[in-house]
Amino acid sequence: MKTSLLTVAATIALSSAIHAEPLTFDFKDPKGVNNIVFKLDAPLESINGTANGISGTVTADPANPADIKGTITVDAATLHVPNPVMKEHMHGEKWLNVTAHPNISFELKSVTNVKRDGNAGTADATGVFTLKGIKKELTVPVSVTYLPGKLKARGGDIDGDLLVIRANFQINRSDFEVQAGQSTDKVAEQIDISLSIAGGAPTKG
Amino acid sequence: MKTEKTHFPVPQILRAASILCLIATVATWFALGAHLGWTKTSVATQQIDEITGIEYPVFENRFVPGVEFLAAGIGLSFALAVVAFLPMFPKSQP
Repeated sequence: MKTSLLTVAATIALSSAIHAEPLTFDFKDPKGVNNIVFKLDAPLESINGTANGISGTVTADPANPADIKGTITVDAATLHVPNPVMKEHMHGEKWLNVTAHPNISFELKSVTNVKRDGNAGTADATGVFTLKGIKKELTVPVSVTYLPGKLKARGGDIDGDLLVIRANFQINRSDFEVQAGQSTDKVAEQIDISLSIAGGAPTKG
Repeated sequence: MKTEKTHFPVPQILRAASILCLIATVATWFALGAHLGWTKTSVATQQIDEITGIEYPVFENRFVPGVEFLAAGIGLSFALAVVAFLPMFPKSQP
């Protein structure tokens, strides 16, 4: 009995020591799983596109979900729609101008309204969203799942943890000067964005 | 030496080309999915990452003709038919 109690105490102490400091999760994903889906309503059919050139780091303390900061960046040139002409226009100067503004980013500043359920949780994340060089503070609802010890299971030979972040939110293209006030009869003003990304934090030591 | 000039029945050829163009366009559009949206050159299939549960698209290069393909084909067919009926070709001798 005494041995069992000591074992439990040692496990808790070790666990606390492991999670005493925040972990840095790298969201660069060679598998191409991390993705962003964007959707705009249009008369003939909605414009559905994706982007997978995602990178960035998030520092999070699994023991304290409110303690999370970082930046997620999307390579604007990886934004893809299935119609090549539409894609060319989207990347062009009049729309996103990906040559002049190669990155779209979200810099996470703080989280509020944290609700935790085991290793998963939801929160409202506030940060600075940058598109076409224009910065705007946004608060978006996110769900976060912490998967301890699952990094190796995704492939590779490094032990570590995973952090999965999902978010659904809307932006208005006029807020970021993406053909502001123009072509509203052809392409909706509101852009629906869904983000599904996972980052890995290798075990230290 | 006298060479005999051959007259091709241009209007008939144009009319046949117009019909062929129309049939080929509609048949291609139907065969490749009868897609009522814009033409696509890539098609995504959704897959799920087992570890994270993230759903992600995997793209395959595939041509799916859309309504502008149909419109262009029908337009070309119509143009050929109009040209075929213009009174600019000499009538072929029987």
